[in-house]
Amino acid sequence: MNTDTAIQTVAIWQGPNIAFWMITLLVLGSGAVAALSRSIVVAAFSLFFTLLGMAGYYVLLGSSFLAVTQVIIYVGGILVLLMFGILLTARPMQRDPKDTHWLYLLAGTLSAALFVVLAHLIWTVPWRAGPIQNPPVGDVRPIGHALLTTYLLPFEVAGMTLLLCLVGAAYLVRRRER
Amino acid sequence: MNTTLLTSAGFSSTQPVGLLWYLTAAAILFALGLTACMARRNAIGILIGLELILNAAILNFMAFWRFGQSATNDTSMAGPMMGIFIIVLAACEAAVALAILLNLYFNFGSVEVDKANRMRL
Amino acid sequence: MDHTMLKCGLAIFALPLVSFVVLGLFNKRLPRRGDFIATSVMGLALGLSLYVFWRAWSDPRPVFVNLSFAWLPMEVNKAVLGGILIDRLTAVMLVVVTLVSFLVHLFSTKYMEGDVRYGRYFAGLLLFTVSMLGLVLANNLLYLYMFWELVGLTSYILIGHWFEKKSASDAAIKAFITTRLGDVGMFIGIMVCYLQVGSLQYGDLFAAVEQGGLSGAWRTIAGLGLFFGAMGKSAQFPLHVWLPDAMEGPTPVSALIHAATMVAAGVYLTGRLLPVFDPPTLLFIAYIGGFTALFAATIALVQDDIKKVLAYSTVSQLGYMILALGVGGYVSGLFHLTTHAFFKAGLFLGAGAVIHAMHHEQSMSKYGGLRRKMPITTVCYLLATLALAGFPGFSGFWSKDAILADVLAFAMLNGHWFLVVAGFSTVFLTAFYMFRQFFLTFTGKPRDHHAYDHAHESPLPMLIPLIVLGTLAVVGGGMGGWFGAMNPAKSGVEQVRGLREAGFTTPLMDSVVQQSHDAETPHAASSEAHGDPLGDAHAGEHSPEAEARHKAHYMAMGLSTCLALAGILLGAAFYLQRKDGKTLLDPGRVAQRCSLAHRILWNKYYLDEAYMACFVMTTRALAVISATFDRLIIDGIVNLAGWCGWAWSYLTEIFDRIVVDGWFVNGSAQTTAYMGRQVNQSQTGYVRQYLMLTVLGLLIISSVCAYAFYGYWQP
Repeated sequence: MNTDTAIQTVAIWQGPNIAFWMITLLVLGSGAVAALSRSIVVAAFSLFFTLLGMAGYYVLLGSSFLAVTQVIIYVGGILVLLMFGILLTARPMQRDPKDTHWLYLLAGTLSAALFVVLAHLIWTVPWRAGPIQNPPVGDVRPIGHALLTTYLLPFEVAGMTLLLCLVGAAYLVRRRER
Repeated sequence: MNTTLLTSAGFSSTQPVGLLWYLTAAAILFALGLTACMARRNAIGILIGLELILNAAILNFMAFWRFGQSATNDTSMAGPMMGIFIIVLAACEAAVALAILLNLYFNFGSVEVDKANRMRL
Repeated sequence: MDHTMLKCGLAIFALPLVSFVVLGLFNKRLPRRGDFIATSVMGLALGLSLYVFWRAWSDPRPVFVNLSFAWLPMEVNKAVLGGILIDRLTAVMLVVVTLVSFLVHLFSTKYMEGDVRYGRYFAGLLLFTVSMLGLVLANNLLYLYMFWELVGLTSYILIGHWFEKKSASDAAIKAFITTRLGDVGMFIGIMVCYLQVGSLQYGDLFAAVEQGGLSGAWRTIAGLGLFFGAMGKSAQFPLHVWLPDAMEGPTPVSALIHAATMVAAGVYLTGRLLPVFDPPTLLFIAYIGGFTALFAATIALVQDDIKKVLAYSTVSQLGYMILALGVGGYVSGLFHLTTHAFFKAGLFLGAGAVIHAMHHEQSMSKYGGLRRKMPITTVCYLLATLALAGFPGFSGFWSKDAILADVLAFAMLNGHWFLVVAGFSTVFLTAFYMFRQFFLTFTGKPRDHHAYDHAHESPLPMLIPLIVLGTLAVVGGGMGGWFGAMNPAKSGVEQVRGLREAGFTTPLMDSVVQQSHDAETPHAASSEAHGDPLGDAHAGEHSPEAEARHKAHYMAMGLSTCLALAGILLGAAFYLQRKDGKTLLDPGRVAQRCSLAHRILWNKYYLDEAYMACFVMTTRALAVISATFDRLIIDGIVNLAGWCGWAWSYLTEIFDRIVVDGWFVNGSAQTTAYMGRQVNQSQTGYVRQYLMLTVLGLLIISSVCAYAFYGYWQP
């Protein structure tokens, strides 16, 4: 346990700048591609990489369980679902003739404005941040414990929600007699 | 900039990466996701943007959890918990969104949102 | 105050009035249209009048009843007075009016038989009688004027009885308007009297004359004005033109109104108000009367219509009466009025009988030899004609003789011999034309055999009046003595005294009587001062007036008898046919020889034509001008006002359409719709657009929240 912890600690703290910047590059790069590319398939694939990068972030931030969960569910479930959607509704790609560029430009401007506001807030608001602590090693146990104690209600509600969504989605795409 | 502020916030040339960077990255990701939402013609493209936004939110939670802990609050797993729940909900939402998208596809013959403009005067 | 006489007088007035109301309302429903009611009521009135006359005969007082009452109360102590007066003159007039009226009613029951408006006719006769009775019973100028106008109105109604005939309705209008012209002058006279005296009672007028309240120019104006009215009603020149035309009415109406009563109203007025007239006015009156007498007699010489001859004869005789009053012969004038009423009415009714027998043929050239067919009528007519001509012994002789004596006496004292010439020559002319008429109608060979064959004597109701009047024409002269005794109340002071004693007095009258008591001057002097030329009958027997009259009396009697006989003989010479149908002298040749004169007389001196040109045409032109002015200008203004209303409504409509409807109503709706459409465009249906707008909103809100609370975040 101790060596595990030490390795993990060293892993986190020794190469964080490089790791952080590399993951950031991955995430933001594939994120940009996912957001801005013309082809939807390319966007889906780069989303894959973005999600992986997010998992890396979670590791850096000390929750490996979340990283794995991310990969399994987000990548392995949601992304696959998106892929299904793409494939089911595939059509010959139409280059939209009219409003591509200026629409992206407009959207980009709005988002940039919002980003500017956010950035300004981030860098000027005095966040109440505590001293840097070592994250817990092996966080499965605490998560499991918290799920059934502190976060019991959200846990149950989430389960209900899942059920509802399943049923609802199934209902929405049922075959209709035409 | 106030150096004490930045120091307490975790910014140092010799220290590891602090809170603000994670927040900034999340903000950029959020902006990208928003762009995708607004500017994409394809409905799935909008969903992709939506995933990006959600991921930026999780990142925010994680960053605040990691750099906002106090000594006594060791075992609170708020960050990951939020992350888990968000992922769960994202999954639900994606399922429902796909269901709606399929309906859209069956009714309008295409997944482009421009086609679904009947709700206008 | 003789109360019995007062009651009789009121009854005499009221009975025909009630009968008029009954007949006026119900004549269609009564059997025989109620003519028996009218006739019997008039008979009753006649009886009462005779009773009044009998009482008056035996009563030495000059005035019997003088009652005044507040007719229209106005302010606290002031009221318009009305009143009734009965003295000797009134008693005589009552008898005349009721007698002639009764006889005319009786005559009309047969004459107007089968007429289309039989009941209305009798109602008209009754109303006329009521008006005339009111006129003679009045004791003030107001009531006199009131009944004067009523008499004129009923005359209009009766003349125009057959108003389908245009000539009849024209004649009625002519009568009314001509007498109305006279009435204007009379009204001016009444107003002057009221202005100067302050009251219209006879007593006050006489008192004012005595005292000098009414004197000088005012007195002359008042006198002339009042006489003008008398001229109109009594058909004196130049207002005589209506009387011949009035013959368009039924003959009994002519007998009642235009022989005996209405035309006598002018004479009555003049006689009643004699003290009010001053010497110049009296002279004027005399000349008018004399001239009219001569003038009308000349026209009557050549007339062909039987009634027209009688009409001009009436004008001429009225001239006599006026002449008599003008020279101061109160007695003779009124005496002649009475006798004339009787024989003229008799003549008219006789003419009516002839017209009725000859089936409404009025032209004398178609008559002839009617004495064989209508003997009684002939006799009555002859008696009346002799009276009119002034044959000695008949009533007309006595009255005309009295007038001529007065005129002669006046001329002997004051000159003015024209009056004498006029008076006496009229005697000659009157005798001539009356006998011309008699001979043409009743003697000789019939000229229209067809009508002659159908001629017959009149039925009894028509004969009785003729007989009565014929008798009166003979014996009426006996009244002369009584008339003489009527004279005493002639001078002003005497009148006032008599009126006071009879019941009603005013301060003015009291003061006059008081003054005369104080003055102790003989009557002759006072009457001299007030200009009555012939003075009072009570004046001394040896005053110059009495002397003159005495001398003139016999002279006049002789001269008039000669002239009358001469006239009768000349008439016989021209018109009485011998056995072979020829006359001694030929009227036709005379007419040829003097054709110019004949034509002038035939056309009544072209007077009607002159009036037409002068007055009628002017009035018509004025009417046309006024009508054109009214049509073009006044109506133009009215139309303009109407057009303005239309124009205004047109403008308002445009304003309403364009501004109100267009701008405000439609405009507001269109603006709202436009704005809605503009806003509508934001509902594009584009999801991306919605999202962008949402992000924009988020941006704004977050910026606001962040930077508004910026200071909060600082440590």
